Amino acid sequence: MYPSRFGYESPRALDEAIELLTRGQGEAKILAGGQSLIPMLKLRFASPEMLVDINNLPGLSHLTVDPDGSLRVGALCRHSQLERAAALAGPFPTIAAAAPLVADPIVRNRGTLVGSICHADPQGDWAAVAIALGASVVAQGPSGRRRIPVADFVSGPFQNVLAYDEVAVEVVFPAAAGTAAGGYLKLERRVGDFATAGVAVGLERSGSVVTRAGMALTGVGGATIDASGAAQALVGGELTADRIARAAEGAAAAAKPRSDHRGSAAYKRHIVHTFVTRILTRVADDVERAA
Amino acid sequence: MTSLFEEVPRAEEDAVPVRTVSVTVNGERRTVKVEPRLLLAHMIRHGLKLTGTHTGCDTSNCGACTVLLDGRPVKSCTMLAVQADGHEVTTVEGLAGQSELHPVQEGFKDEHGLQCGFCTPGMMLTAKALLDENPDPTEDEVRWALSGNLCRCTGYQNIVKSVLWAAKKQRAAAGETGAGE
Repeated sequence: MYPSRFGYESPRALDEAIELLTRGQGEAKILAGGQSLIPMLKLRFASPEMLVDINNLPGLSHLTVDPDGSLRVGALCRHSQLERAAALAGPFPTIAAAAPLVADPIVRNRGTLVGSICHADPQGDWAAVAIALGASVVAQGPSGRRRIPVADFVSGPFQNVLAYDEVAVEVVFPAAAGTAAGGYLKLERRVGDFATAGVAVGLERSGSVVTRAGMALTGVGGATIDASGAAQALVGGELTADRIARAAEGAAAAAKPRSDHRGSAAYKRHIVHTFVTRILTRVADDVERAA
Repeated sequence: MTSLFEEVPRAEEDAVPVRTVSVTVNGERRTVKVEPRLLLAHMIRHGLKLTGTHTGCDTSNCGACTVLLDGRPVKSCTMLAVQADGHEVTTVEGLAGQSELHPVQEGFKDEHGLQCGFCTPGMMLTAKALLDENPDPTEDEVRWALSGNLCRCTGYQNIVKSVLWAAKKQRAAAGETGAGE
């Protein structure tokens, strides 16, 4: 399979990339890891006039924890970098849980977290993680930088709110106030398949009391589903079986799955319920053990 | 440049975009002209005639087209040839030395790690990258590392044994030469 013909530029500076996008008037597309874009070009689902390859831009491969504890993930930080970053497990357990589950090991060597969020596939893992953790995309355009919460950034299936002349330069995950907890679980038929269903949970706790809860669902709707409303059942108290059950029921109700070759809608809803219960029960067990 | 001035004929002006890229393939620098939409897998197979790299699914699923880019496995059907400019590519043809097989190749031979052989080049390159990073992997680690490479013969049992065999052989060889300098 060959992509249709396109022009190709590999700028060496961010300004140059933005200039190319501006000139492209919406017909230019950024190429980062390419693990979603190149298959789409080959299938001719996408046929941009111009590809702006940002792989040679300096200063975008970072995976940095700022002094305030927030995590910045650059546009060229590959999934495999996140997977190998053992230090993430403490402050960002949801990210540490998701990184090894993205696609397959070979794809993880090329694909990027920022690109995955921009691609906004309803079955993508990172958008759910980012929404559960309250992360933001930093976009740079001709007139400067702006920060967009990922919950607002993903505007629909394969759609985001970036202007055509903007580059998503990094995603920022805020530091947890108190102790971070949470997890990510995904069901896939085999490694690398699209998710049948996935659940991301991001919690902050003070002692055994949950102070913030975010939750988002992968693969059970036309876009990544923000189920943080259901997670509110957890805030202000301990992770009791009753609260966990309410959050799981809320998440299952928030899911909008469709029956397909991966399973029936009822089955996928059941998976969501099970995964929320499983993640929260594990956290509750950890809290109990730590106490 | 052969002349200081040359008028470009109209036909050429309208011609397809072409980029010159330099890639080090199996240790040898190759400079080629390619259209940007050419995939790395096609450059390797059709351009450089290194047909050991197989294209299986062509949809980024199977890993048969895996090559090493600067030592890390990538799916060459999911990368543009122009993106390899300035980088090092290792294909299965680059695994063996002048006279002897790479331990991973020996392992696949010894432990019957291949049936039809189609997935083997990709499997071996992924395995090499694993062993370069982790010389003493557990069986689980081998399975995990190979989980992006599919074998339609489902011969995974022997593939995993082959990689573990190669790891042992490499460790033994490293011990002999006092590696770990």
